[in-house]
Amino acid sequence: MTELDTGAPVVPETAPPDRKARADKGFLSRAGIVAAVLVVAVVLALVQSGSGLVVWQSVVTGILTGGLYGLIAMGLTLIFGVLDIVNFAHGAFLAVAMFLSFGMVQATGLHPYLTLVVAVPALFLLGAAVHRGLLSGAGGRSLENQLLITLGLSLLLENGLLMFFGAEPKTIALPGDFQFPLLGAVVAGSRLYAFLGAIVLGGLLYWLLRRTRLGTAIRAVAANAPGASLVGINVRRMHTLTFAIGTACAGAAAVLAGPLVTVTPTLGEQFNITAFVVVVLGGMGNVVGALVGGLLIGLVEQLTTIYLGGQSSLLGVFVVFVLVLFLRPQGLFGRRA
Amino acid sequence: MSTITIAAPTGSSEAVKAPPLRPQNKQLAILAILVLVAIPLPLILPAAQGAVAVRILIFLLMAVGWNIMSGFGGMFSFGHAAYFGLGAYTSAYLLVKHNVSPWIGMLAGMAVAAAVAVVIGYFSFRYKLQGAYFALATFAFAEMLRLIVTSSTFANKSVGFSVPLIQDSSLWLIQFPADSPAYFWVALVLAGAAVAISIVFLHSRAGRYVTAIRDDELAAASLGAPVLRHKLMTVALSAAITAVAGAFYTQYYLFVNPDLGFGSAISIQAIVPVVIGGIGTVWGPVVGAIIIGSLTDVTATLLRTPPEFLGFLQGRSGLDVVLYAVLVILIVRLLPKGIVGTLAARWRR
Repeated sequence: MTELDTGAPVVPETAPPDRKARADKGFLSRAGIVAAVLVVAVVLALVQSGSGLVVWQSVVTGILTGGLYGLIAMGLTLIFGVLDIVNFAHGAFLAVAMFLSFGMVQATGLHPYLTLVVAVPALFLLGAAVHRGLLSGAGGRSLENQLLITLGLSLLLENGLLMFFGAEPKTIALPGDFQFPLLGAVVAGSRLYAFLGAIVLGGLLYWLLRRTRLGTAIRAVAANAPGASLVGINVRRMHTLTFAIGTACAGAAAVLAGPLVTVTPTLGEQFNITAFVVVVLGGMGNVVGALVGGLLIGLVEQLTTIYLGGQSSLLGVFVVFVLVLFLRPQGLFGRRA
Repeated sequence: MSTITIAAPTGSSEAVKAPPLRPQNKQLAILAILVLVAIPLPLILPAAQGAVAVRILIFLLMAVGWNIMSGFGGMFSFGHAAYFGLGAYTSAYLLVKHNVSPWIGMLAGMAVAAAVAVVIGYFSFRYKLQGAYFALATFAFAEMLRLIVTSSTFANKSVGFSVPLIQDSSLWLIQFPADSPAYFWVALVLAGAAVAISIVFLHSRAGRYVTAIRDDELAAASLGAPVLRHKLMTVALSAAITAVAGAFYTQYYLFVNPDLGFGSAISIQAIVPVVIGGIGTVWGPVVGAIIIGSLTDVTATLLRTPPEFLGFLQGRSGLDVVLYAVLVILIVRLLPKGIVGTLAARWRR
């Protein structure tokens, strides 16, 4: 990262080749360990349940759900990587977008996925407003203050939704939803669409960060804000834009996930927890890591259900979380986006 | 260094007129007066307000506990529900399964919570979790405990425990008729003791180490402060006080389940009063608990018989939390030191 301190917009890859090779080797060995642990976990699950079909179904469901977790976590990790804000309100933004989608489907009978056109810009604006109004400036600088403001915001949004929509759970029906068998496992169309949508959006975000001027500016701000402002980047505007893009990700994820879940004002909380785990697992600020971490956490959740049964699927997620926090706090693929 | 030696005499010139009492004695005297004033309250207040007063005291216990760790110690905890729940469950378990007095259960709960806090704290400090990572780790542990309790048969899974009712009232079993002032007095004693302990702790030798470590861990360590031991001590004390709140909560509401004990809402309820009152101040938790406790009651009565323009809200829940969420955001933005912290800064000027 030191190369960026010079502020040169185009820096040739100056790392000595052997260091790069070593980094690649470390990355590969970690990926190998993760894959090995996964294989062992799947085998254990096979032994535990004694039915290949059950395990296969969980793996498929886990991966499909994991894509969605990845998409939610991408927004969170972007915000954390660039602004250093632990956004406790991310789940609440998700819930807001879901109710927005629900409200529009109810009122106009639109196809649920078409509400993306409204939900994503709306959440983008909401994110921009929140950042400008609450988080930027002196009052939002220290870590405790940011935690508390986003925490207060999530309470505000969730209970605002509770006041206006009530607590009774709602569903968003997907017209023409279907199910098809995949080597014995049953896959719902809505789940598959959500997964594919998450991958596409993830790719878009990656492209935005890697291949556009805006993305380069965002990464420059993340690497070194004073340096970025020296070469003429408006740091505050980049922060606002990044926060807004992050919340827009939550908006997109909400629309995609809408048909899969029962919509309640507090559902964001559950997603928020999972998203934090994914963010830490993938490395804070690493967008691709978030997608991979999402898939892993989706699998962990499903496999825990096989091991322990019942409602404890989150327990395995937290065990993984604590292990990663203690042993590898920079994440499995610790590298900034 | 020179700036410090120059600044020191000018800064302390007003403090030279030494107060007749040492600060901790002054604070303890104020506390004694507050407690004395509070004693006749349940006899004056109507029954409904009496319940509010008890709730304020429960908030106060949690807030004092959180403030010791996160205010004095600077370790931002987002998982105090863990200790609240351990206190509640330990005392309820001992009472229901082994017929042990809740007073002893309370002590046991304090011990369990402190032990768990030391273990969690040890690993967190050993692996140098800081800031956001520490907050997330405490949160993860609280949620793990909630999930474990929810799936453990010996803790009655998601049903939780109900305190067995007895015919007459008994101080030994902390059980009185529903609107008896005795609940308030018991809570008052507990809360008063907790505030007193926090005052004594803050001004003790250990407390000075703790605030020094909070302000600059590296400097404190290089001057010979035993960092790890004092951090663990702070965490244990904080957890023990929070456990008392949990144990009393169970006795008062006669019921506890995993969400009431370990839910993340509990952690938030421990944080919010302190933020509003002032993090790291002695009186912040007191002021904050009074504001939050009465706010909940005011909104509840408001929604029971809403005025015209709020008619659409009748029967809806959530308004109280919305109000205190707004309050938290405003306080953090406008008065980052909280009400007490800001007033104290003004007073000193």
